[in-house]
Amino acid sequence: MTLAPEADESELRAVFEATIERHDRIEPRDWMPEAYRKTVIRQVAQHAHSEIIGMQPEGNWITRAPSLRRKAILLAKVQDEAGHGLYLYSACETLGVSRLELTEMLINGKQKYSSIFNYPTLSYADVGTIGWLVDGAAICNQVPLCRTSYGPYGRSMIRICKEESFHQRQGYELLATMMRGTDEQREMVQESVNRFWWPALMMFGPPDDDSPNTAQSMAWGIKRNTNDDLRQRMVDMTVPQAKALGVTLPDPELRWNEERQSHDFGSPDWDEFKDVITGNGPCNTQRIAHRRRAHEDGAWVREAAMAFAARGAEA
Amino acid sequence: MTDIQGDWPLYEVFVRGKRGLNHVHVGSLHAADDEMAVRHARDVYTRRNEGVSIWVVRSDAITASSPDEKDPLFAPSGDKVYRHPTFYDIPSDVPHM
Ligand SMILES: [Fe+2]
Ligand SMILES: [Fe+2]
Repeated sequence: MTLAPEADESELRAVFEATIERHDRIEPRDWMPEAYRKTVIRQVAQHAHSEIIGMQPEGNWITRAPSLRRKAILLAKVQDEAGHGLYLYSACETLGVSRLELTEMLINGKQKYSSIFNYPTLSYADVGTIGWLVDGAAICNQVPLCRTSYGPYGRSMIRICKEESFHQRQGYELLATMMRGTDEQREMVQESVNRFWWPALMMFGPPDDDSPNTAQSMAWGIKRNTNDDLRQRMVDMTVPQAKALGVTLPDPELRWNEERQSHDFGSPDWDEFKDVITGNGPCNTQRIAHRRRAHEDGAWVREAAMAFAARGAEA
Repeated sequence: MTDIQGDWPLYEVFVRGKRGLNHVHVGSLHAADDEMAVRHARDVYTRRNEGVSIWVVRSDAITASSPDEKDPLFAPSGDKVYRHPTFYDIPSDVPHM
Protein backbone atom coordinates (compact mmCIF):
# COMPACT_ATOMS: atom_id res chain seq x y z
CA MET A 1 0.00 0.00 0.00
CA THR A 2 2.27 2.77 1.22
CA LEU A 3 5.59 1.01 1.24
CA ALA A 4 7.75 1.43 -1.85
CA PRO A 5 6.81 -1.44 -4.18
CA GLU A 6 10.34 -2.75 -4.51
CA ALA A 7 11.66 -2.23 -1.03
CA ASP A 8 15.35 -2.56 -1.35
CA GLU A 9 16.59 -6.12 -0.73
CA SER A 10 19.18 -5.00 1.80
CA GLU A 11 16.39 -3.37 3.85
CA LEU A 12 14.34 -6.56 3.75
CA ARG A 13 17.37 -8.57 4.73
CA ALA A 14 18.00 -6.25 7.67
CA VAL A 15 14.41 -6.78 8.90
CA PHE A 16 14.82 -10.55 8.53
CA GLU A 17 18.11 -10.57 10.41
CA ALA A 18 16.76 -8.38 13.19
CA THR A 19 13.84 -10.80 13.61
CA ILE A 20 16.24 -13.74 13.92
CA GLU A 21 18.42 -11.72 16.30
CA ARG A 22 15.44 -11.10 18.62
CA HIS A 23 14.69 -14.85 18.56
CA ASP A 24 11.37 -13.90 17.05
CA ARG A 25 9.68 -16.11 14.45
CA ILE A 26 9.72 -15.84 10.68
CA GLU A 27 6.21 -16.29 9.26
CA PRO A 28 5.21 -17.56 5.80
CA ARG A 29 4.50 -14.21 4.14
CA ASP A 30 7.65 -12.53 5.44
CA TRP A 31 10.54 -11.84 3.12
CA MET A 32 13.32 -14.37 3.67
CA PRO A 33 16.59 -15.13 1.92
CA GLU A 34 16.24 -17.84 -0.71
CA ALA A 35 18.86 -19.97 1.04
CA TYR A 36 16.86 -19.82 4.30
CA ARG A 37 13.71 -20.91 2.50
CA LYS A 38 15.56 -23.80 0.84
CA THR A 39 17.15 -24.93 4.09
CA VAL A 40 13.84 -24.92 5.97
CA ILE A 41 12.12 -26.77 3.12
CA ARG A 42 14.85 -29.40 3.11
CA GLN A 43 14.78 -29.91 6.88
CA VAL A 44 10.99 -29.91 7.31
CA ALA A 45 10.45 -32.15 4.28
CA GLN A 46 13.03 -34.62 5.53
CA HIS A 47 11.33 -34.58 8.90
CA ALA A 48 7.87 -35.11 7.36
CA HIS A 49 9.12 -37.97 5.17
CA SER A 50 10.64 -39.61 8.24
CA GLU A 51 7.29 -39.61 10.03
CA ILE A 52 5.58 -41.15 7.00
CA ILE A 53 8.23 -43.77 6.22
CA GLY A 54 8.51 -44.37 9.97
CA MET A 55 5.05 -45.94 9.94
CA GLN A 56 6.35 -48.93 7.98
CA PRO A 57 8.73 -50.73 10.37
CA GLU A 58 6.13 -50.70 13.16
CA GLY A 59 3.12 -51.09 10.91
CA ASN A 60 4.70 -54.40 9.98
CA TRP A 61 3.60 -55.78 13.38
CA ILE A 62 0.04 -54.45 13.69
CA THR A 63 -1.60 -57.63 12.41
CA ARG A 64 0.62 -59.78 14.64
CA ALA A 65 0.39 -57.88 17.92
CA PRO A 66 0.42 -60.28 20.89
CA SER A 67 -2.80 -58.93 22.43
CA LEU A 68 -5.69 -56.64 21.66
CA ARG A 69 -4.26 -54.10 24.12
CA ARG A 70 -0.91 -54.00 22.33
CA LYS A 71 -2.63 -53.86 18.96
CA ALA A 72 -4.78 -50.87 19.91
CA ILE A 73 -1.72 -49.05 21.28
CA LEU A 74 0.40 -49.77 18.21
CA LEU A 75 -2.38 -48.72 15.87
CA ALA A 76 -2.79 -45.42 17.74
CA LYS A 77 0.96 -44.84 17.69
CA VAL A 78 1.32 -45.47 13.98
CA GLN A 79 -1.70 -43.25 13.32
CA ASP A 80 -0.01 -40.47 15.30
CA GLU A 81 3.06 -40.77 13.07
CA ALA A 82 0.82 -40.24 10.04
CA GLY A 83 -0.54 -37.15 11.78
CA HIS A 84 2.99 -35.89 12.46
CA GLY A 85 3.85 -36.28 8.80
CA LEU A 86 0.74 -34.29 7.84
CA TYR A 87 1.43 -31.42 10.29
CA LEU A 88 4.95 -31.16 8.89
CA TYR A 89 3.92 -31.37 5.24
CA SER A 90 1.48 -28.53 5.77
CA ALA A 91 4.19 -26.47 7.51
CA CYS A 92 6.48 -27.14 4.55
CA GLU A 93 3.81 -26.13 2.04
CA THR A 94 3.64 -22.64 3.56
CA LEU A 95 7.05 -22.11 1.90
CA GLY A 96 5.60 -22.54 -1.56
CA VAL A 97 6.24 -26.20 -2.31
CA SER A 98 3.23 -28.45 -3.03
CA ARG A 99 2.31 -31.72 -1.34
CA LEU A 100 2.54 -33.54 -4.63
CA GLU A 101 6.05 -32.22 -5.27
CA LEU A 102 7.10 -33.31 -1.79
CA THR A 103 5.71 -36.82 -2.27
CA GLU A 104 7.42 -37.07 -5.63
CA MET A 105 10.76 -35.91 -4.24
CA LEU A 106 10.48 -38.63 -1.60
CA ILE A 107 9.67 -41.47 -3.96
CA ASN A 108 12.22 -40.32 -6.52
CA GLY A 109 14.93 -40.24 -3.88
CA LYS A 110 15.54 -36.48 -4.27
CA GLN A 111 14.82 -35.87 -0.58
CA LYS A 112 15.88 -38.01 2.34
CA TYR A 113 14.28 -39.38 5.49
CA SER A 114 15.84 -40.57 8.73
CA SER A 115 18.33 -43.41 8.31
CA ILE A 116 16.79 -45.30 11.24
CA PHE A 117 13.74 -46.42 9.26
CA ASN A 118 15.89 -48.42 6.88
CA TYR A 119 16.48 -51.05 9.53
CA PRO A 120 14.10 -54.02 9.76
CA THR A 121 11.86 -54.90 12.72
CA LEU A 122 12.56 -58.56 13.44
CA SER A 123 10.58 -59.22 16.62
CA TYR A 124 7.81 -57.64 18.67
CA ALA A 125 10.46 -56.43 21.11
CA ASP A 126 11.49 -54.03 18.33
CA VAL A 127 8.17 -52.23 18.76
CA GLY A 128 9.18 -51.55 22.35
CA THR A 129 12.75 -50.61 21.48
CA ILE A 130 11.63 -48.23 18.77
CA GLY A 131 9.26 -46.48 21.17
CA TRP A 132 11.94 -46.23 23.84
CA LEU A 133 15.06 -45.40 21.80
CA VAL A 134 13.87 -44.11 18.44
CA ASP A 135 11.00 -41.99 19.73
CA GLY A 136 13.31 -41.12 22.65
CA ALA A 137 15.92 -39.79 20.23
CA ALA A 138 13.19 -38.00 18.30
CA ILE A 139 12.06 -36.26 21.50
CA CYS A 140 15.64 -35.13 22.23
CA ASN A 141 15.81 -33.69 18.78
CA GLN A 142 12.33 -32.19 18.68
CA VAL A 143 11.98 -30.45 22.03
CA PRO A 144 14.51 -27.71 21.11
CA LEU A 145 12.92 -27.44 17.66
CA CYS A 146 9.75 -26.07 19.29
CA ARG A 147 11.78 -22.81 19.37
CA THR A 148 12.99 -23.01 15.78
CA SER A 149 12.88 -19.72 13.90
CA TYR A 150 10.33 -20.72 11.26
CA GLY A 151 6.90 -20.24 12.89
CA PRO A 152 4.87 -23.02 11.24
CA TYR A 153 7.66 -25.56 11.84
CA GLY A 154 7.87 -24.65 15.54
CA ARG A 155 4.10 -24.90 15.95
CA SER A 156 4.09 -28.37 14.34
CA MET A 157 6.86 -29.41 16.70
CA ILE A 158 4.90 -28.30 19.76
CA ARG A 159 1.94 -30.39 18.67
CA ILE A 160 4.19 -33.38 17.91
CA CYS A 161 6.10 -33.20 21.19
CA LYS A 162 2.84 -33.39 23.13
CA GLU A 163 2.14 -36.73 21.45
CA GLU A 164 5.63 -38.24 21.57
CA SER A 165 5.66 -38.89 25.28
CA PHE A 166 2.98 -41.56 24.84
CA HIS A 167 5.13 -43.19 22.17
CA GLN A 168 8.17 -43.44 24.35
CA ARG A 169 6.31 -44.60 27.44
CA GLN A 170 4.35 -47.33 25.68
CA GLY A 171 7.64 -48.68 24.27
CA TYR A 172 9.37 -48.66 27.61
CA GLU A 173 6.40 -50.30 29.31
CA LEU A 174 6.33 -53.01 26.63
CA LEU A 175 10.01 -53.78 27.23
CA ALA A 176 9.58 -53.69 31.01
CA THR A 177 6.75 -56.21 30.69
CA MET A 178 8.94 -58.52 28.62
CA MET A 179 11.80 -58.15 31.10
CA ARG A 180 9.47 -59.48 33.82
CA GLY A 181 8.69 -62.49 31.62
CA THR A 182 10.74 -65.54 30.62
CA ASP A 183 14.48 -65.76 29.91
CA GLU A 184 13.63 -66.01 26.25
CA GLN A 185 11.69 -62.76 26.39
CA ARG A 186 14.55 -61.02 28.20
CA GLU A 187 16.91 -62.22 25.49
CA MET A 188 14.59 -60.85 22.84
CA VAL A 189 14.72 -57.44 24.49
CA GLN A 190 18.52 -57.45 24.79
CA GLU A 191 18.94 -58.61 21.21
CA SER A 192 16.64 -55.85 20.01
CA VAL A 193 18.45 -53.17 22.04
CA ASN A 194 21.78 -54.43 20.64
CA ARG A 195 20.52 -53.89 17.10
CA PHE A 196 18.92 -50.48 17.65
CA TRP A 197 21.32 -48.70 19.98
CA TRP A 198 23.85 -47.51 17.40
CA PRO A 199 21.35 -46.68 14.66
CA ALA A 200 19.40 -44.65 17.27
CA LEU A 201 22.53 -42.61 18.07
CA MET A 202 23.07 -42.06 14.34
CA MET A 203 19.66 -40.36 14.17
CA PHE A 204 21.26 -37.10 15.35
CA GLY A 205 23.29 -36.97 12.15
CA PRO A 206 27.02 -36.93 11.46
CA PRO A 207 29.52 -35.67 14.04
CA ASP A 208 29.82 -31.88 14.26
CA ASP A 209 33.14 -31.74 12.44
CA ASP A 210 31.50 -33.51 9.48
CA SER A 211 28.23 -31.56 9.44
CA PRO A 212 28.78 -28.65 7.04
CA ASN A 213 25.25 -27.19 7.28
CA THR A 214 25.00 -27.01 11.06
CA ALA A 215 26.68 -23.60 11.56
CA GLN A 216 24.42 -21.78 9.10
CA SER A 217 21.30 -23.55 10.37
CA MET A 218 22.15 -22.52 13.92
CA ALA A 219 22.90 -18.93 12.90
CA TRP A 220 19.42 -18.80 11.38
CA GLY A 221 17.87 -20.36 14.46
CA ILE A 222 16.53 -23.29 12.40
CA LYS A 223 18.54 -25.73 14.50
CA ARG A 224 19.07 -24.94 18.16
CA ASN A 225 21.74 -27.53 19.11
CA THR A 226 24.56 -29.34 17.36
CA ASN A 227 24.29 -33.04 16.51
CA ASP A 228 26.90 -34.05 19.06
CA ASP A 229 25.24 -32.04 21.86
CA LEU A 230 21.96 -33.80 21.27
CA ARG A 231 23.63 -37.21 21.01
CA GLN A 232 25.32 -36.64 24.37
CA ARG A 233 22.00 -35.61 25.90
CA MET A 234 20.40 -38.79 24.57
CA VAL A 235 23.12 -41.02 26.04
CA ASP A 236 22.92 -39.31 29.44
CA MET A 237 19.14 -39.66 29.52
CA THR A 238 19.12 -43.28 28.40
CA VAL A 239 21.75 -44.83 30.67
CA PRO A 240 19.64 -44.74 33.86
CA GLN A 241 16.59 -45.94 31.91
CA ALA A 242 18.55 -48.95 30.62
CA LYS A 243 19.69 -49.70 34.15
CA ALA A 244 16.13 -49.61 35.49
CA LEU A 245 15.07 -51.90 32.67
CA GLY A 246 17.92 -54.33 33.27
CA VAL A 247 19.43 -54.25 29.77
CA THR A 248 23.00 -53.56 28.71
CA LEU A 249 23.78 -50.90 26.13
CA PRO A 250 26.17 -52.50 23.62
CA ASP A 251 29.06 -50.09 24.03
CA PRO A 252 32.22 -51.22 25.88
CA GLU A 253 33.43 -47.61 26.04
CA LEU A 254 30.33 -46.32 27.81
CA ARG A 255 31.21 -44.97 31.27
CA TRP A 256 30.49 -42.05 33.58
CA ASN A 257 32.97 -39.21 33.37
CA GLU A 258 33.05 -37.48 36.74
CA GLU A 259 34.89 -34.46 35.40
CA ARG A 260 32.46 -33.77 32.58
CA GLN A 261 29.45 -34.91 34.64
CA SER A 262 28.44 -36.81 31.52
CA HIS A 263 28.93 -40.21 29.95
CA ASP A 264 31.80 -41.02 27.63
CA PHE A 265 30.72 -43.31 24.84
CA GLY A 266 32.00 -44.94 21.67
CA SER A 267 31.57 -43.70 18.15
CA PRO A 268 28.85 -45.07 15.88
CA ASP A 269 30.02 -46.70 12.66
CA TRP A 270 29.88 -43.66 10.39
CA ASP A 271 30.66 -45.72 7.29
CA GLU A 272 27.51 -47.72 7.93
CA PHE A 273 25.61 -44.44 8.41
CA LYS A 274 26.82 -43.10 5.06
CA ASP A 275 25.94 -46.35 3.40
CA VAL A 276 22.39 -46.26 4.78
CA ILE A 277 21.69 -42.64 3.85
CA THR A 278 22.99 -43.16 0.34
CA GLY A 279 20.44 -45.91 -0.21
CA ASN A 280 22.26 -49.10 0.76
CA GLY A 281 20.68 -49.85 4.13
CA PRO A 282 18.87 -53.14 4.66
CA CYS A 283 15.39 -51.79 3.82
CA ASN A 284 15.79 -48.61 1.70
CA THR A 285 14.46 -50.14 -1.50
CA GLN A 286 11.52 -51.78 0.22
CA ARG A 287 10.49 -48.61 2.11
CA ILE A 288 10.43 -46.45 -1.00
CA ALA A 289 8.78 -49.12 -3.15
CA HIS A 290 6.00 -49.42 -0.56
CA ARG A 291 5.46 -45.66 -0.42
CA ARG A 292 5.45 -45.44 -4.20
CA ARG A 293 2.91 -48.24 -4.46
CA ALA A 294 0.61 -46.58 -1.92
CA HIS A 295 0.84 -43.30 -3.86
CA GLU A 296 0.18 -44.89 -7.24
CA ASP A 297 -2.54 -47.26 -6.04
CA GLY A 298 -4.28 -44.31 -4.37
CA ALA A 299 -4.35 -42.18 -7.51
CA TRP A 300 -7.82 -43.33 -8.62
CA VAL A 301 -9.24 -42.54 -5.16
CA ARG A 302 -7.87 -38.99 -5.26
CA GLU A 303 -9.22 -38.50 -8.76
CA ALA A 304 -12.64 -39.97 -7.95
CA ALA A 305 -12.97 -37.71 -4.91
CA MET A 306 -12.18 -34.67 -7.06
CA ALA A 307 -14.69 -35.73 -9.69
CA PHE A 308 -17.33 -36.23 -7.00
CA ALA A 309 -16.57 -32.81 -5.49
CA ALA A 310 -16.76 -31.18 -8.93
CA ARG A 311 -20.19 -32.74 -9.51
CA GLY A 312 -21.39 -31.55 -6.10
CA ALA A 313 -20.26 -28.02 -6.97
CA GLU A 314 -22.28 -28.05 -10.22
CA ALA A 315 -25.49 -29.36 -8.65
CA MET B 1 -10.97 -25.74 -9.43
CA THR B 2 -7.85 -27.71 -8.86
CA ASP B 3 -6.54 -29.80 -11.68
CA ILE B 4 -7.52 -33.42 -11.19
CA GLN B 5 -3.91 -34.61 -11.45
CA GLY B 6 -2.67 -32.25 -8.77
CA ASP B 7 -3.28 -31.91 -5.05
CA TRP B 8 -6.69 -31.60 -3.48
CA PRO B 9 -7.42 -28.00 -2.47
CA LEU B 10 -5.82 -26.66 0.70
CA TYR B 11 -8.01 -25.89 3.73
CA GLU B 12 -7.22 -24.02 6.93
CA VAL B 13 -8.48 -25.66 10.12
CA PHE B 14 -9.77 -23.89 13.23
CA VAL B 15 -10.61 -25.77 16.42
CA ARG B 16 -12.62 -24.66 19.47
CA GLY B 17 -10.83 -26.32 22.39
CA LYS B 18 -13.80 -26.15 24.70
CA ARG B 19 -16.98 -24.19 25.23
CA GLY B 20 -16.25 -20.59 26.07
CA LEU B 21 -13.13 -20.35 23.87
CA ASN B 22 -12.68 -19.01 20.35
CA HIS B 23 -11.87 -21.25 17.42
CA VAL B 24 -8.11 -21.12 16.96
CA HIS B 25 -6.12 -21.85 13.82
CA VAL B 26 -4.34 -25.20 14.20
CA GLY B 27 -2.95 -25.90 10.74
CA SER B 28 -4.01 -26.91 7.29
CA LEU B 29 -4.81 -29.98 5.22
CA HIS B 30 -5.91 -31.08 1.78
CA ALA B 31 -9.40 -32.32 0.96
CA ALA B 32 -11.53 -32.74 -2.14
CA ASP B 33 -14.47 -30.84 -0.65
CA ASP B 34 -15.72 -29.15 2.53
CA GLU B 35 -17.24 -32.24 4.07
CA MET B 36 -14.08 -34.27 3.58
CA ALA B 37 -12.08 -31.39 5.04
CA VAL B 38 -14.07 -31.63 8.28
CA ARG B 39 -13.56 -35.39 8.46
CA HIS B 40 -9.83 -35.09 7.80
CA ALA B 41 -9.55 -32.28 10.32
CA ARG B 42 -11.09 -34.52 12.95
CA ASP B 43 -8.56 -37.29 12.22
CA VAL B 44 -5.51 -35.07 11.88
CA TYR B 45 -6.09 -32.40 14.53
CA THR B 46 -8.37 -33.87 17.21
CA ARG B 47 -7.19 -37.40 18.00
CA ARG B 48 -7.13 -36.62 21.74
CA ASN B 49 -10.27 -34.59 22.40
CA GLU B 50 -8.52 -31.37 21.45
CA GLY B 51 -11.76 -29.84 20.31
CA VAL B 52 -15.52 -29.60 20.57
CA SER B 53 -16.03 -27.85 17.25
CA ILE B 54 -14.13 -27.54 13.97
CA TRP B 55 -14.23 -24.88 11.25
CA VAL B 56 -12.61 -25.42 7.88
CA VAL B 57 -12.22 -22.85 5.12
CA ARG B 58 -10.50 -23.02 1.76
CA SER B 59 -7.15 -21.28 2.06
CA ASP B 60 -7.76 -19.35 -1.15
CA ALA B 61 -10.88 -17.79 0.41
CA ILE B 62 -8.87 -16.02 3.11
CA THR B 63 -7.93 -12.38 2.72
CA ALA B 64 -4.98 -11.34 4.86
CA SER B 65 -3.23 -8.11 5.62
CA SER B 66 0.15 -7.99 3.98
CA PRO B 67 3.24 -8.13 6.19
CA ASP B 68 4.65 -5.21 4.19
CA GLU B 69 1.75 -3.01 5.31
CA LYS B 70 2.49 -3.72 8.94
CA ASP B 71 3.18 -0.14 9.94
CA PRO B 72 0.51 1.79 8.03
CA LEU B 73 -2.22 -0.81 8.70
CA PHE B 74 -1.67 -0.99 12.41
CA ALA B 75 -0.65 2.63 12.94
CA PRO B 76 -4.18 3.80 13.87
CA SER B 77 -4.08 1.61 16.99
CA GLY B 78 -0.37 2.10 17.70
CA ASP B 79 -0.67 5.83 18.41
CA LYS B 80 -3.80 5.64 20.57
CA VAL B 81 -2.23 4.66 23.85
CA TYR B 82 -5.24 6.12 25.70
CA ARG B 83 -7.14 2.97 24.65
CA HIS B 84 -5.16 1.02 27.28
CA PRO B 85 -6.06 1.13 30.96
CA THR B 86 -2.43 1.68 31.95
CA PHE B 87 -2.58 5.13 30.29
CA TYR B 88 -4.42 6.50 33.33
CA ASP B 89 -2.78 7.36 36.64
CA ILE B 90 -4.95 6.38 39.56
CA PRO B 91 -3.74 6.81 43.16
CA SER B 92 -2.70 3.41 44.47
CA ASP B 93 -4.97 3.65 47.52
CA VAL B 94 -8.15 3.77 45.39
CA PRO B 95 -9.61 0.24 45.61
CA HIS B 96 -11.13 -2.00 42.92
CA MET B 97 -9.64 -0.16 39.93
FE1 LIG C 1 6.47 -38.81 15.23
FE1 LIG D 1 6.66 -41.01 17.60
